[in-house]
Amino acid sequence: MAGNVAVMADEEAGRNALRLATEARDRVRFEEDVLALSDQVYRVARHLAGSREEAEELVQETYARAFRSWRSFTPGTNLRAWLLRILTNLNIDRGRRKQRTPDTQPLEEGDYFLYNRLEEATADGNVEEDRVVERLSQDGIVEALSAVPHDFRDVIVLVDIGDFSYQDAANILDIPIGTVMSRLHRGRRILKRELAETAVGEEA
Amino acid sequence: MTETPCEHCERMMQPYLDRVLSVSEQAEAELHLADCEWCAKRYRFEVKLRQYVRVAASEPMPPELKEKLAALRTPLT
Repeated sequence: MAGNVAVMADEEAGRNALRLATEARDRVRFEEDVLALSDQVYRVARHLAGSREEAEELVQETYARAFRSWRSFTPGTNLRAWLLRILTNLNIDRGRRKQRTPDTQPLEEGDYFLYNRLEEATADGNVEEDRVVERLSQDGIVEALSAVPHDFRDVIVLVDIGDFSYQDAANILDIPIGTVMSRLHRGRRILKRELAETAVGEEA
Repeated sequence: MTETPCEHCERMMQPYLDRVLSVSEQAEAELHLADCEWCAKRYRFEVKLRQYVRVAASEPMPPELKEKLAALRTPLT
């Protein structure tokens, strides 16, 4: 009888050890998967945050929280979207949303606006579209992007730079998919207006 | 207010490039683009612009940050 109890205790201890080993293995794998995505996470964070410094802090906070709450990730779902959702929530918690300014100005310019402006500003007026794009500098693009109001910029950054689907962007930002699409369309127009300003000094 | 075919084509550009138009709307846009170099040029520019923005906005992560992130891992016991 006493022997039986000892065997059962051994088995119990064995099962526990196995469970802990399995969990440790899963956690290590999770951490490695998460770290492998850090370049992609940073690339998106860089433009969700206002500056490089803020982006770096935000990514570190995101990783600290992700490592702590790894059990809440459902294996087989989109890990990059899960990380970006943490990052977006942290960004909101930092009070960034206080400066939220929904863009309510009427936007007269259509989607051809930027091309028309760049073409007008080009000496011979009739050039290949490849050359027209070259009038935009990298700094000009980064600057123009940062001038787009947050609500619109978030969607552009997730979809056009981060390659997230509309559905992923909707989940990350916790907004309906229709809102993702309307903000994306309006946001791209605002971006083009800003680009026109930086590239040809157009006062909108 | 009626819009010109080119104005209509301009309004269709984003949904067209995002591939969210219906089959008939898409065919309509393509019909116009086949005949209108003015609009076709602006569509090609938009495709280039999107690629250009993506590349311009992609800053590499600072190497130190990668090390800091790795240091946040749970230590193995």
